[in-house]
Amino acid sequence: MGTNGILKTRLKNGLTVLIKETHNAPVATFWVWYRVGSRNEIPGITGASHWVEHMQFKGTPTYPASALDKLISREGGAWNAFTFIDWTAYFEVMPADKIELGIDLEADRMANSAFDPEEVDSERTVIISERSGSENSPAWLLYEEMLGAAFRVHPYRTEVVGELIDLQTMTRDDLYNHYRRYYAPGNAVAVLVGDVDAGQALKDIEERFGEISGGEAIPEVVRPEPPQYGERRVTVNREGQTAYIMVAYRGYEIKHPDFFALAVADSILAGATSFNFMSTAETSNHTSRLYKALVETELAAGMSGGLTATIDPYLYTISATVRDGRTCREVEDAIHAETDRMAQGDISEQEFAKARKQAKALFAYDSESVSSQGFWLGFAETLVGDYEWFDTFLDKLMAVTLDDVKRVSADVFQSNKRIVGWYVPTGNGTQQGGE
Amino acid sequence: MVSQNKHIHAIPGPDDIHRVELENGIIVLARENFTSPSVVMEGRISGGALLEPAEKAGLANFHSAMLMRGTARHTFDQLFEEIESIGASLDIDSGGHTCSFGSKSLAEDLPTMLQLLSETLRQPTFPAEHIEKERGEIMTSLQMRAHDTRRMAALTFSELAYPDHPYGSSVKGYLETVAGITREDIVNFQTNLGPRGAIIVVVGAFKAQEAISLVEKTLGDWVNPAQASRPEAPPVSRITDVRYKFVPIPGKSQADIVMGYPGPARSAPDFQAARVANSILGQFGLMGRLGDAVREDQGLAYYSYSQLDGGFGPGPWKIMAGVNPENIERAVETIRQEIGRMVREPVTAEELADNKSFFKGQLVISLETNEGVAGSILNMEQHQLGLDYLRNYAAMIDALTADDLQAAAARYLDPDAYALAVAGPERDV
Repeated sequence: MGTNGILKTRLKNGLTVLIKETHNAPVATFWVWYRVGSRNEIPGITGASHWVEHMQFKGTPTYPASALDKLISREGGAWNAFTFIDWTAYFEVMPADKIELGIDLEADRMANSAFDPEEVDSERTVIISERSGSENSPAWLLYEEMLGAAFRVHPYRTEVVGELIDLQTMTRDDLYNHYRRYYAPGNAVAVLVGDVDAGQALKDIEERFGEISGGEAIPEVVRPEPPQYGERRVTVNREGQTAYIMVAYRGYEIKHPDFFALAVADSILAGATSFNFMSTAETSNHTSRLYKALVETELAAGMSGGLTATIDPYLYTISATVRDGRTCREVEDAIHAETDRMAQGDISEQEFAKARKQAKALFAYDSESVSSQGFWLGFAETLVGDYEWFDTFLDKLMAVTLDDVKRVSADVFQSNKRIVGWYVPTGNGTQQGGE
Repeated sequence: MVSQNKHIHAIPGPDDIHRVELENGIIVLARENFTSPSVVMEGRISGGALLEPAEKAGLANFHSAMLMRGTARHTFDQLFEEIESIGASLDIDSGGHTCSFGSKSLAEDLPTMLQLLSETLRQPTFPAEHIEKERGEIMTSLQMRAHDTRRMAALTFSELAYPDHPYGSSVKGYLETVAGITREDIVNFQTNLGPRGAIIVVVGAFKAQEAISLVEKTLGDWVNPAQASRPEAPPVSRITDVRYKFVPIPGKSQADIVMGYPGPARSAPDFQAARVANSILGQFGLMGRLGDAVREDQGLAYYSYSQLDGGFGPGPWKIMAGVNPENIERAVETIRQEIGRMVREPVTAEELADNKSFFKGQLVISLETNEGVAGSILNMEQHQLGLDYLRNYAAMIDALTADDLQAAAARYLDPDAYALAVAGPERDV
């Protein structure tokens, strides 16, 4: 048993298990995290991790698809999954006395999913439809082009859903091999949080997961992205009336000592946000620098900043919706003016203190529900290899100094290391909203 | 695995929800939860799009956005500096029948948040400069809507299902109507807001009695004899034909479908039966029978589900799906078949049992968070369900029969007469 009452252990087959008792409400959540995402894909099988996640809802010999989706709901539970660039996570939220069912299902589909060829084919059209739905969004189309421009070598260049050509041609065996390689106890973290007895919960998890073979060592396929020398630009011209702009800079990986200083810089520049996918914590961003520079000046109708916690260095993004009658050029200039100010160290003690206060409040909200805690623990253990990253989250944030934020801003916001994207709509047959 | 605690108080009821009606008509409800340091406030006040004339569609929404643009004591910048510097949130939104608000903060900041809520509701200044800022943001968002297949399908469905009815009009408004809204319109709309019948729910790490006193201290002296009563929606007639409209949006990859009917109000006697029938049709498991038929069996769509609104008036009961443009007809045909089954056949005993179990279990999970509890209490109060509603919930669900569900489905659904809106890339239909 570690600090804060978290039990951590590793089963003989390599499965890491984290259990935290909370008795505030009669609910519990169970998560299984796999260290696999689009980061582990090569051309030809892009989108495999996400498609495998879909197939994990298609049944095993014990629980056929027709029964599977009803089992959790019957108990009033909710379940879902996320596939991200670095990881894939499955979870159930149940009345606490029913959480065994979640443990049972997750153990079963870690090893026994059928990947029935007919189901694979039927799911192919569903996944292509999911991609088509995303393509309906101008902001998504622009982001896809931004990734392609930012990452020439690293697999982060592809959206998690995968390239259309791969979705059309990938075979059942491609998917099944991906599943067999990455879905093994040694590549996974199981997390249970809720109104349970930790000792009994561990026994249940050992009983269900203990027999699964540990799997082979997984070779690292990731090729690091070479340095960027000079600004890169992309433009998308498609139908519509609204222009969008995105500016991206090279960020830091989660283990980088300056990751938290960049988080504070993001908060000052674009408003405070949470890294937690289950988060209900929010505050508006109307006192952020970019809101004042873009929205209050009536250049943009809205803006947001995007800092993502990742295994390898990813992007820090600034996105804005260009207001009717204004141009991408005007908004871009205003964004650069603000990032230049940050890079020059023009940051006040007052802004810095506000960012710290906001982080404290959001973190408190994020620790309320069992599912949000389950997310944090699994996320930290999967990405950093140690759940204490979550336990010491606030300590690390509070250790950041104003000088750190200035130094990091100067390092990140360099014009020759940015990627700029414009979505210029071709409404009424003419391009508008660009220059 | 055995649950550690008994959680006798897991389900809120009359013994732990404190309810007080202030002299000026505000109803305050508070429930304590000291397991985390935060507090959530949710509420409803008079207002809403049903109070606006058709040629000013979007006025209520514009007005509620303007409440946060400056008060007698705080400019826009000062207001948000107060809120954001403590990591809190405050949102005010307009629906059809009411103006709603919500806030989350650390418990120690509840007095500040109540003070700011009071100012925004009672002393907004509607600065002219901010009216134009807000108008531009709304106009841009309406232009984005015009190129968004999901939003256009939803908007067009409402127009088809509710002709000559306020539910057929967009709460956000239209480019033409929002362009014509003046500061005077917004100032005049403010008269509608008042304390009578307002509901404020406070849930979290704050003593209930103190929370109630605080609300009384901050809002207890508010009077407005001219305030509006909650607008009632006129009745809506059943759809007896097929009303179809295709909205072409060039350059899109996928088509979005919204199909459905006017449904029951929350107060309708068959609301719960319709709610469980809706779950079987398009919610339970991976989106009910529709999920099975449209997504799982045929691989036609990424999403396919149904939704029942059930508010103050006859809100929609509708089905949504996103499909490849070539599969629109097949998807609609499949949805029609599933609607036909709901209307013609009783659900199976297994489906009924599964769904009852689902609703009962789901209640426990939804009450884990302060947001969930506050939402439930607000729901009980505004629809006058009684403070023991959640405690009686299981018995109420258990009493439903397959016949009840079929009767509710038959009252509102019809496979041969419906409103159908599709938005997607241009094509031959």
